[in-house]
Amino acid sequence: MELKDTREIAAPRAAVWAALLSADVLKDCVPGCQEMAGSAEDGFEATVVQKVGPVKATFKGTVSLSDIVEGQSLTLSGEGKGGAAGFAKGEAKVQLADSGAGTTLTYEVDAKVGGKLAQLGSRIIDSFAKKMADDFFARFQAAVEAEADVSASEEAPVEEPDANKTDDAPKKGLLKRLFSR
Amino acid sequence: MPKDGIGASTKRREDIRFLTGAGNYTDDINIHGQTYAHFVRSDVAHGKINNIDTSAAEAMDGVIKIFTAADFASAGGIPCGWQVTDRFGQPMQEPKHPILAEGKVRHVGDPICVVIAETLEQARDAGEAIEIDIEELEPVLNMKDALKDGATKVHDDLTSNLCYDWGFVEENRDAVDAAIKSAHHVTTLELVNNRLVPNPMEPRVAVGHYARANDEYTLYTTSQNPHVIRLLMGAFVLGIPEHKLRVVAPDVGGGFGSKIYHYAEEAFVTYASKVINRPVKWTSTRSEAFISDAHGRDHVTKIELAMDENYMFTAVRTDTYANMGAYLSTFAPSIPTWLHGTLMAGNYTTPLVYVNVKAVFTNTVPVDAYRGAGRPEATFQLERVIDKAAREIGMDPAELRRRNFIKPEQFPYQTPVAVMYDTGNYHATLDKALEMTDYANFDKRAAESKARGKLRGYGLAHFIEACGIAPSNLVGQLGARAGLYESATVRVNATGSISVFTGSHSHGQGHETTFAQVVAEMIGIDVSQIDIVHGDTSKTPMGMGTYGSRSIAVGGSAMVRATEKIINKAKKIAAHLLEASEADIELKDGKFSVAGTDKSVEWAGVTLAAYVPHNYPLENLEPGLEETAFYDPANFTYPSGAYVCEVEVDPDTGKVDILGFTAADDFGNVINPMIVAGQVHGGVAQGIGQALLENTVFDENGQLLTGSFMDYAMPRASDMPSFDVDHSCQTPCTHNPLGVKGCGEAGAIGSPPAVVNAVIDALQRGGYNVDHIDMPVSPSRVWAAMQQG
Repeated sequence: MELKDTREIAAPRAAVWAALLSADVLKDCVPGCQEMAGSAEDGFEATVVQKVGPVKATFKGTVSLSDIVEGQSLTLSGEGKGGAAGFAKGEAKVQLADSGAGTTLTYEVDAKVGGKLAQLGSRIIDSFAKKMADDFFARFQAAVEAEADVSASEEAPVEEPDANKTDDAPKKGLLKRLFSR
Repeated sequence: MPKDGIGASTKRREDIRFLTGAGNYTDDINIHGQTYAHFVRSDVAHGKINNIDTSAAEAMDGVIKIFTAADFASAGGIPCGWQVTDRFGQPMQEPKHPILAEGKVRHVGDPICVVIAETLEQARDAGEAIEIDIEELEPVLNMKDALKDGATKVHDDLTSNLCYDWGFVEENRDAVDAAIKSAHHVTTLELVNNRLVPNPMEPRVAVGHYARANDEYTLYTTSQNPHVIRLLMGAFVLGIPEHKLRVVAPDVGGGFGSKIYHYAEEAFVTYASKVINRPVKWTSTRSEAFISDAHGRDHVTKIELAMDENYMFTAVRTDTYANMGAYLSTFAPSIPTWLHGTLMAGNYTTPLVYVNVKAVFTNTVPVDAYRGAGRPEATFQLERVIDKAAREIGMDPAELRRRNFIKPEQFPYQTPVAVMYDTGNYHATLDKALEMTDYANFDKRAAESKARGKLRGYGLAHFIEACGIAPSNLVGQLGARAGLYESATVRVNATGSISVFTGSHSHGQGHETTFAQVVAEMIGIDVSQIDIVHGDTSKTPMGMGTYGSRSIAVGGSAMVRATEKIINKAKKIAAHLLEASEADIELKDGKFSVAGTDKSVEWAGVTLAAYVPHNYPLENLEPGLEETAFYDPANFTYPSGAYVCEVEVDPDTGKVDILGFTAADDFGNVINPMIVAGQVHGGVAQGIGQALLENTVFDENGQLLTGSFMDYAMPRASDMPSFDVDHSCQTPCTHNPLGVKGCGEAGAIGSPPAVVNAVIDALQRGGYNVDHIDMPVSPSRVWAAMQQG
């Protein structure tokens, strides 16, 4: 199945790009992610728990980044094995473009499942994949915007009067850690 | 004459145990020390196995042994039982079918390794801990693409994905082309015969038990033909001599063809039981059944029907792609060829027929016979194209059929497609069906439906099938690697009761009742005195089992022959006891009497004398009363019938409601009318299932999307009308002793075209220009076709 969507993120392109390369951001944004370790260069190891219709499974697998055009686009590929539940694979082609003060993030997702997941869950797999993608990019957007606000309020508080709207943002300090590395 | 003899609607004696939970199915068999096998199967359609790491799994609780292909290096592959020769005189391409995948996996469900553990749960848990590294390869799914140059190959060692390119009758190829070119009218139809998953109520089960004490193997399995499994597995796969291998198929909960074949799991449990020296049980889950039981149908066909100016059929030409799946299942190559091409004359006098079939390997579950096996595919295309032709020329479809029927006086009738029909009366079954369905007043009913906003349609289909499979010498010439006779031993006990050991196997057909009725009729004793024993190679003589509507026609005939031998011998004993000439002895109502006298002896008096031979002609006659007969038929049998379906289509939703379904069959003589009606009901239900509901869908990666009852629409009672079934039109078979033709598959053969013809009729009457809708004729397909038409 294939999905395509666009999100407007209120953060500079460099910040969005940095977040895409971060294991911590990915861990927080991948729905059901229990563990994520590794780096953008070598790929990430991940453990994800998900329930697809009648099939609940722990997927162990890898996430790798490829086709990297610095600051513009990359491909996130994930592959997880869920034991008796089968497997899930996905690829997200992500493109970034400046959009005023923020960034336009466009993604095209191609997902594939096999084994029991396909056999038992085929009716719901499309909507499941769409939800996974939507959740991921919504969390991603929230995380990046929260960081951007925090960064902005710390660095240029006068110009960002609405910085306090980030109260409930869960990823406070994340990008800062990234930038300071 | 016994009250439960031939022609009586005796209730099925086996139903008492089936309905009270007393049946003994394979999964009910548990042997001391039994272990459990769990198959780890491929979840990709096509891939290269780089590595299998079983180390973690082996260390887990309860795990006894994990098997991979390496453990079967000395075993043969699963054999194919039929070799088809192609148009050019070459044998089909026949890939190896290993017990466990060797190096590559070729369909989702292909077994890779097996865990044997103390409990099923431990086996499954360990299965999850096995790390299998598979490099996914491009799957081959579409048959036409699979045959293109440069297509990915399912089997690297074959030259292509083409199993065979078969032509029949090859010598007629040019004549058929010429007849079509010069025809007054040619009707063309392209269609799909949808792939079906058989789904018998009982999934497959196998229990292997090796006894070290005497080096004997026993396999308990859900099979329609235990002797065939013993032969194939013993001789070709595991190299076990037959006297050391016993195969038992106890109560079996439905087969529909899917339990004919020798499956890898059977060979596995038998072999593994010796390796670990403990019994091994495997029970398929429903999910496993969807990806490991052989599927049915899956043809893509173009058919052309040529007619002259009198609308007489002059030629039929077909072009079919038949999906074999990833490996050749036991009888797979014969289904689209000899069980399909030979039926393309149908009930008609068409003089020229040419059938081309390309059998194709794909990365899907193997395909083999499913109730009807090749004959539903033949009947569907022929009866659909005739209906389309009738519409094109503006003739009543019943009339077009009638004028092309073989006439009653033309039998025996030699068709242009090798088979010779011995008897039949197609006009009689057609007239019967039209009368039963009040065809004359259909227009009134259609008007009434229209007043309610519904579209009513009337669909007619006729069928012929070649069953009672089959003359061994003929099928041998056609490529069968087995004989197709049947056997029976009739053992009369000292007190007169009888055990009949038949090579036929009952898995829902009611043989225990009908076969007993035949013997009761022949001897004139009560049916309760006769038991039918089947399904155990250690008890029954070598028999070929049950499929192809062959049990009563072939197995029943063997039983008749053995019973005749019994009666002949019993008459000799009676003659001795009555001090009369054997020629004067008559057997009637279980009593032997001397013609024209009042001297007689009861059946039990004779049987007792046979086993207590104090007063017995020992110098001329052996004691005992037990006889065996093997029967090899001289010809196929040719049941036929006219089926009518009446539907209503809701034009707002496309939903098809079946208002009535009528079957007027000619099965020759009928042993038990109630059981025959039940067989037709079941067959029609499966045919309606194919026509309206069932479909097997793989996604573009070869994943089975319709892999559970959530997505694979099995017909339910609420989808069925009350059937109207008749078998009073009888032209008995001329070459078997009972004059029977077989009725097991008819319903599934004749019903799909009747349903689709009815739906098309409804749409046409409603003003929609729709020629054809592929099965299943689901609401969405009907609605979509209406938007186009």
